[in-house]
Amino acid sequence: MEDFSLYVPLITVLAATWRMATPIIFAAIGAMFSEKAGVLNIGLEGIMLIGAFSGFAAAVHGAPIFVAFVFALLVGAVAGAIFGYLTVYLKTNQIVVGAAFNLLGLGITGFLYRVGDFGSSGIKISNPISIPFLADIPFVGPILFQHTPMVYLTLPLVFMAFFVLYRTAYGLNLRAAGDYPNALAAAGQSVNLHRFSAVVLGCSIVSVGGAFLTLSYTNQFVEGIVSGRGFMALAVIVFGRWTPLGIFGASLLFGLFFALQLFLQTISDAAIPYQAFQAMPYVLTIVVLVLVGGRSNAPKFLTVPFQR
Amino acid sequence: MRYAETIKSLGAPVLAIAIALAFGALLIEVAGFSSVEAYSEMWTGIFGSMRNFSEVLLKATPLILIGAGLAISFRSGVWNIGAEGQFYAGGMVAAVVALQMEGVNAWISIPVILIAASLAGAFWGGIAGFLRARYGASEIVTTIMLNYVAIILTSYLVTGPLMEAQGLFPQSDRFPQETQLPRILSGTRLNIGIYIAIIAAIVSWYIISQSRRGFSMRAVGASPDAARYAGINVNKNIIYSISYSGALAGLAASIELIGVTKRLFQTISPGYGFEGIAVALLANNNPLGAIFSGALFGALRSGAEIMQIGAGVPSVLIFIIQGLVIISVITLGTIRAYRKLRPED
Amino acid sequence: MSKHSNILEMRNISKRFPGGVVANNDVTIEVRQGEVHCLLGENGAGKSVLMSILYGLHHASDGEIFLRGEKVKIASPKEARNLRIGMVHQHFMLVPTLTVAQNVILGQYPAGTVLNMIPEVSQKLVELGRRFKLPVDPGALVMDLTVGEQQRVEIIKALYHGADLLIFDEPTAVLTPKEIAGFLDFVRHLRDEGITSIFITHKLDEVIAVADRITVLRDARKIGTVLAAETDPSELARMMVGRDVLMKLGDVRHDVGEVVVKINGLSANNSRGLEALSDVSFDVRAGEIVGIAGVSGNGQSELCLALTGLLESTSGSIQIDGEEIARLLPRGVAEKGVAHVPEDRHKLGVILPFSISENMVIHQFRKEPFSKMGRLLKKNISEYSRALTTEYRVRMRDTEQPIGDLSGGNQQKVVVARELARNPRFAVINQLTRGVDIGAIEFLLKKILEARNKGTAILLVSTELEELFAVCDRILVMSGGRIAGEFDGGRENLEEIGMLMATDVAS
Repeated sequence: MEDFSLYVPLITVLAATWRMATPIIFAAIGAMFSEKAGVLNIGLEGIMLIGAFSGFAAAVHGAPIFVAFVFALLVGAVAGAIFGYLTVYLKTNQIVVGAAFNLLGLGITGFLYRVGDFGSSGIKISNPISIPFLADIPFVGPILFQHTPMVYLTLPLVFMAFFVLYRTAYGLNLRAAGDYPNALAAAGQSVNLHRFSAVVLGCSIVSVGGAFLTLSYTNQFVEGIVSGRGFMALAVIVFGRWTPLGIFGASLLFGLFFALQLFLQTISDAAIPYQAFQAMPYVLTIVVLVLVGGRSNAPKFLTVPFQR
Repeated sequence: MRYAETIKSLGAPVLAIAIALAFGALLIEVAGFSSVEAYSEMWTGIFGSMRNFSEVLLKATPLILIGAGLAISFRSGVWNIGAEGQFYAGGMVAAVVALQMEGVNAWISIPVILIAASLAGAFWGGIAGFLRARYGASEIVTTIMLNYVAIILTSYLVTGPLMEAQGLFPQSDRFPQETQLPRILSGTRLNIGIYIAIIAAIVSWYIISQSRRGFSMRAVGASPDAARYAGINVNKNIIYSISYSGALAGLAASIELIGVTKRLFQTISPGYGFEGIAVALLANNNPLGAIFSGALFGALRSGAEIMQIGAGVPSVLIFIIQGLVIISVITLGTIRAYRKLRPED
Repeated sequence: MSKHSNILEMRNISKRFPGGVVANNDVTIEVRQGEVHCLLGENGAGKSVLMSILYGLHHASDGEIFLRGEKVKIASPKEARNLRIGMVHQHFMLVPTLTVAQNVILGQYPAGTVLNMIPEVSQKLVELGRRFKLPVDPGALVMDLTVGEQQRVEIIKALYHGADLLIFDEPTAVLTPKEIAGFLDFVRHLRDEGITSIFITHKLDEVIAVADRITVLRDARKIGTVLAAETDPSELARMMVGRDVLMKLGDVRHDVGEVVVKINGLSANNSRGLEALSDVSFDVRAGEIVGIAGVSGNGQSELCLALTGLLESTSGSIQIDGEEIARLLPRGVAEKGVAHVPEDRHKLGVILPFSISENMVIHQFRKEPFSKMGRLLKKNISEYSRALTTEYRVRMRDTEQPIGDLSGGNQQKVVVARELARNPRFAVINQLTRGVDIGAIEFLLKKILEARNKGTAILLVSTELEELFAVCDRILVMSGGRIAGEFDGGRENLEEIGMLMATDVAS
């Protein structure tokens, strides 16, 4: 404890890490389901915006936070159903539809926010819950045990994702749909139905990640509030090599960069420009892609529509 | 017969725009406004005065450039989602060069800026092309990542090395007068950029459909295996096509900077790079068509601002219309291809 | 013999695809309980489609299926499995990133099921493996297994699900000679265990080695069923390739010109890294057609790709007029005067969305008169294309329509026209007549002869012996990646060629 001056900022940064990582974890885990089944959704940014807005709208109209999250989840499922119908059943290009969803998300939420009446005072967001005893442990306490429920929820989420993907028949089918759909079809299962369901499930979770921003992080909706987190989730999936645990770890790392750059912005004469940490996730993702190259862990039939 | 086919090929885009506008009207009505009023305000915003129309063309300029470039990239089978980043790369270099041009003759300074920015955009796109050709890294992911790297670099420049001397705002100093792109209509901001954009679109059309290089690129886009059989270097053409689209995005940025904003700042693009995807798709990846689809989206953007002021309908509506245009175009295209595939059933 | 000894009867099966392709035409087969029944025929004879119908992947346009004496309708692979039919596909239906046990139970349980039965499944797989002499490691990832091991997984997957009628689709096409021997032993063992096998193949030696009875298909029709004990390879070869005899279209010529192509000790690997072409040497002279006979998959594809720069050879040399071309890229090879009609027309030969005119010049668009200073001279390209399509009687609307609109035969005419119009020194022509209607076959062969008479050295690779007899001056037989024999181009050598095609020199 010689250099006391760094102690408090260190705690602040580390405590912010998990919080910063939370929306990305939700978005990346959700998108992972769809990618594992073979559907790439680059429209995460738009879906998250829709989630952020619908959760916020529900809360403004008096819904309890929990209900607002559920509402965001349902709206995300609807968005996913549209995306899935277009890409899986009509077999339109996934990248193009994803790009359109980003525009739609920006447009729809911006439009509704401006024409609707959402007050200006914001909403009452969920409070951090301190875990008894654990929260009082010095250093570790504030970093790990004083968070809002959604932050803690990332743990069961990651566990759930792991369990579904690797321990259930559904997960087995999903992975087959993305890695070699012909085998799934030969086993008598519908590739399209599995892909569609994965997209719907995935978008619901992505949407919750967006809602976190308005219901647990700030208390307001701002146009474009997602500000790149959707794209960062895409990077996290690559970086985490399409596994739930990898995604969790990569999100925490990226969350750390996020927290660091926010902290650096508050320091007037920092030796390192905060943008260095801002850019780190994207640069690292490119590096990972280059290193694994053709041997990448990506599902083999990602972006390829299923044709028997 | 050629004409009949041309008219037929116009069918899907026109229908797509109609669907999108109709849906927009529905939204406007649901939100409690009059769609007739909103769209007529938009019409005024577009054609109401010479000044309004000049703003349309001003906004269309980067969209035409980016759309024409992306059309070539998409035709070559390269999914360049990174026009936004290539725009920023061009913008940064344009600013750095422009700030050095104090006292240099405009006949020299302007071409130098435009060329430097194009090269920067080409380089930024070329990175993703190289990584795909050499390491098999998906250009979809790398271009998205490079978007952010460029945007963050820009943010670094305007808060650091290039920050204005006064140190008030995160923006560069004003570029010297010598770098001002010549205006073509007095009393408006319209400059020769629109000419450059149209010429670039025509050149792009020439390259992709009339030149040897374009033949190779299209072959690579249509069938990489057959292209290799025909002795065409697939990797080289991937890098060429994405670099070319990057160059046009960089060029667009320099025109925007020395023609309109006069400074580098953090958000020099309101999403031109993503909108350019819609422009290219609506044009069915034909660079000549990008002149019209770029103008249309420029008009929507410009008209929407007047619509917002006049009718109170939020201008973000145009993002919805753009998104719907993309989805309609691609869905109509898929349905048509599907019908063609199975005439029997 | 009474009816119930037949485990399967497929009666009067016909299958017509949209677009008019007839894959099966009134085919009837009977398979007896416990036998190894071979379905023999060349590529496109209709054997795979027939079995796909049995497995529920395709639906017959006409005909009936009786299984164990009962009439059945098989709408999907799932129903086929429920009827205890198993299929081992040529392209394995295994997910590379899953384990053996996971692949076995893929798709078998409702989505909500928690997979806690894996240990039991693994246990059962090990037991089955012991019983059928088919050891597998249930926990291994499929992508870590060799091709032979993957095939074992496919078989044990079917047995796990209780199949007693197994369909093998070209099971040996992917195996090494050593694996093939083991596989054939295994099929015999299955018969001893009471399993009925239907074995799709075009390899005569395997048929003789393992079958009880053999049904030969040709051109979508059944030619006949024979007892393995009462037939021999040459009879089978005749049944298989006995397409309507083509007239000899040109005289056999000897030593007509100087040696143009000199191939020495050429070896190359296939896409899986296995040696597919071993130490091949031969010459082709100016004005000579050399045919390569052989059943598919004996190195012919690799030979053609290596000769044209599309596949890197592992050793050996290829000389054109004394110049080494083995290390050149496709473009360099083409510039030395080598033309290539590829086997896979849709993947290599044509660019489907391109117009006929554009396809006509995909090698030459860089040169005058087709381009100048980087600009395509479309008028010249169209004129050139019009002249060639007229000469080759390509049926089309106009030269600017996408080539994908044309029938297979007309597409092939465009490819042949393109390749021969360059007046090549050497033309590599692989499966000239595949997917081409009878009328166009003779026309194309005459064009090949014309090129020969103009002095081009031609290598004509075909699985259709009649096609080779019609035009070749010499015929080489390929087997197991080597040249197994050389013959004069007359059809009097049919029997001997058939025998050589049937023996695998590598094993």
